Amino acid sequence: MNTRRALLFIPIILALVLGAFLFKGLSLNPRELPSALVGKPFPAFELSALQDQAKQLTKVDLPKQPHLVNIWATWCPSCKVEHPQLLSIARDDNIPIVGLNYKDTAPEAQKWLRVYENPYVFNIFDPKGKLGFDLGVYGAPETYIVDAKGIVRYRHAGPIDVETWKTMRNIVRDLEREG
Amino acid sequence: MIPEFGTFSLILALCLSIALAVVPLVGASSGNAQLMGYARPLTAGVFALLTFSFGCLFYAFWTDDFSVQYVANHSNTALPLEFKLSAVWGGHEGSLLLWLWILACWTFAVSIFSKEMPQEILARVLAVMGIIIIGFGLFVLLTSSPFTRYLPNFPADGADLNPLLQDPGLIFHPPMLYMGYVGFSVAFAFAIAALLSGKLDAAWARWSRPWTNVAWVFLTLGIALGSWWAYYELGWGGWWFWDPVENASFMPWLIGTALVHSLAVTEKRGVFKNWTLLLAIFAFSLSLLGTFLVRSGVLTSVHAFATDPTRGMFVLVLLAITVGGSLLLYALKAPSVKSDSNFTLVSRESFLLVNNIILTVVCITVLLGTLYPLIVDALGMGKLSVGPPYFNAFFVPFMSLLTLFIGVGTLSRWKRNGGQMWRTLGVIALLCVLAGIATPFVYAGAMDWWGALGGGLMAWVLFISFRDVMNKVANKTDKLAAVFKLSRAFWGMVLAHIGVGITIVGITMVTIYNDERDLRMAIGDTMTLGDYSLTFTDVRKIEGPNFISDQGVFEVTLDGRPYTTLAPEKRFYTTTRQIMTEAAIDPGLFRDLYVALGEELEDGAWAVRFQFKPFVRWIWLGAIFMSIGGLLAAMDKRYSRKRMGAAKASS
Repeated sequence: MNTRRALLFIPIILALVLGAFLFKGLSLNPRELPSALVGKPFPAFELSALQDQAKQLTKVDLPKQPHLVNIWATWCPSCKVEHPQLLSIARDDNIPIVGLNYKDTAPEAQKWLRVYENPYVFNIFDPKGKLGFDLGVYGAPETYIVDAKGIVRYRHAGPIDVETWKTMRNIVRDLEREG
Repeated sequence: MIPEFGTFSLILALCLSIALAVVPLVGASSGNAQLMGYARPLTAGVFALLTFSFGCLFYAFWTDDFSVQYVANHSNTALPLEFKLSAVWGGHEGSLLLWLWILACWTFAVSIFSKEMPQEILARVLAVMGIIIIGFGLFVLLTSSPFTRYLPNFPADGADLNPLLQDPGLIFHPPMLYMGYVGFSVAFAFAIAALLSGKLDAAWARWSRPWTNVAWVFLTLGIALGSWWAYYELGWGGWWFWDPVENASFMPWLIGTALVHSLAVTEKRGVFKNWTLLLAIFAFSLSLLGTFLVRSGVLTSVHAFATDPTRGMFVLVLLAITVGGSLLLYALKAPSVKSDSNFTLVSRESFLLVNNIILTVVCITVLLGTLYPLIVDALGMGKLSVGPPYFNAFFVPFMSLLTLFIGVGTLSRWKRNGGQMWRTLGVIALLCVLAGIATPFVYAGAMDWWGALGGGLMAWVLFISFRDVMNKVANKTDKLAAVFKLSRAFWGMVLAHIGVGITIVGITMVTIYNDERDLRMAIGDTMTLGDYSLTFTDVRKIEGPNFISDQGVFEVTLDGRPYTTLAPEKRFYTTTRQIMTEAAIDPGLFRDLYVALGEELEDGAWAVRFQFKPFVRWIWLGAIFMSIGGLLAAMDKRYSRKRMGAAKASS
């Protein structure tokens, strides 16, 4: 009889264990992916510019101030969702955004920038996903915060929305003050 | 001023619900009839105040009151009126108010339709509902009031409703789903009342059965509507994605289904009492868990509500109090609830127990799959996601097994069975194997084992139901008249089970024989899909109230004769700057033609996606059958007031 009574406590014990995980889960962000690159220099690259294919871009061309590197592609629906946010960042927050056009074709990407406006200071064209591989890109869209010295300071996987941008803007502002 | 009235009546409703939670409960435990008598008027008060508050939010949307933050964020002057009004539940705050109002509706309904119920039980049930209203009332008032103002500088126009939600599907899907979710609170309240009083008899089960059935019907319809909406609105023709939020609605459905059956056994045979109580607690707990998963942002999902950790924390505390409290009560009081009778291994009781176990196991596997990414992350073991292959791998075998037991359970008898049943089942099984193997040949002219499985299971449910009807009228002289005299509850069961078969056929056929093509088409191009051929004739520019759109025109011919015109759209919503794909669908009982317009390519060509989806409607048709079945069972004559009164008098 006593074991029977003890059995009745199993549901509440299971519920408590589950509750503990849910509690822990509240402080975790599923969209925040740790990156091996955080704190390390932005990987070296040599790729052509999207708008002007004759021009070769390298690490030296990255802005000499804290900036964003945004991985995007025309085949990615979330990039379209994210686009107005990027426009507002470029316009209202005055933070340079470098585009990394990832596994895409040049005519489509150029058309995208014509049709939806261009938030980027320039775009690196990475049709084979080489730089994306070095960065450890998980999927588009993805955005890195890189400081004035070219060190990766933060990574965000998935589209930037109003809420995530609040956090990210604070990080960029802190970096600007440091520099 | 009106939004402030809304907040004010919300606060008053909260005060009344505190009284509702305390007074009748004190009355019930001290046997004070006067205190218990307050339960009903208090319920009416809470319902009236919440209705008024909800009405205030409608008014704010109707009059484009953009000084209210919630309205400014979810509406726009250019939005059509029907979407302005359904935008009331288009975001977190408003949908929670809907949740709360529906909870008040259920509570009010219980107080109205349970006049014959013993006062003590009614007082306890309403008080428990009152406690839940307090919890959610506080949630709305403290963390997510829809009436908060933008003052002094409010925007001239609103940010517009998410284009995905500008669809008739949104008008019905959330209220239906919430009716189901929240409806399980009634079964929960009955369970808690039974645990508090220690009284759980056949009458108790008879009281709570129709409520559970109706809640289950709403949940079934809500899930089906959501699936249908995803199918035509998201633009890629899928109908179920094993997304965490879909799973969150599916888990209470699975447990609710188990509960409906377990209650049947408890009513008829007086066994499984503890199990029934546990299922009732879990069905509602899983509804709350679903709310938590959607609102807290602990899992990534397509249903991206604006997430906020304080809200997540609040729901978690609510969850802890409700689930923890009820399970503790269960652990302490369940031993006082005893079973009335025994049954043998081969009996309907056993088979229904097996059905319950399978449903519970499936629910646990869905739960694990849904929470696994979170658990792994919380243990610091990395990030991962669980995809459809995991879910499909266990879902198909378990559901096939469950369908087999639907058959065995239906034909078996209470208490004990003879060998006759096994012979009948054997014959039917043989027929089903033949029907199953014939299915893929008849449809496609070639063998496919999954097709055979789907066809065989449908045949199984159908033949068994037919046999069951025959058994019921076997001893009657006028068989046809006897068929019409069978109870609504019986027909409800038959319909619901056939519904399961129909859904299985839909899922099987659309999974195996779906024909999908992604093409590059210029104007004038034609493509052939089975007997249909589609010609891309034009792209028009269209201007809607709050969007501009490219509309492709496809002339469809069937066997060379003109059949119909399909016009898929690519819309650009100007306020939110979002692009939406509106697929064009030609629905049919046996197949859907599905055309979606993709990107414009260079030199005027377009990316176009065609799909030929056989039997896809059957998935939702089955859900409709199940719902009608559930409703019929809930409307069975023995639940009518007169009978209930008589039953009480005689007991």
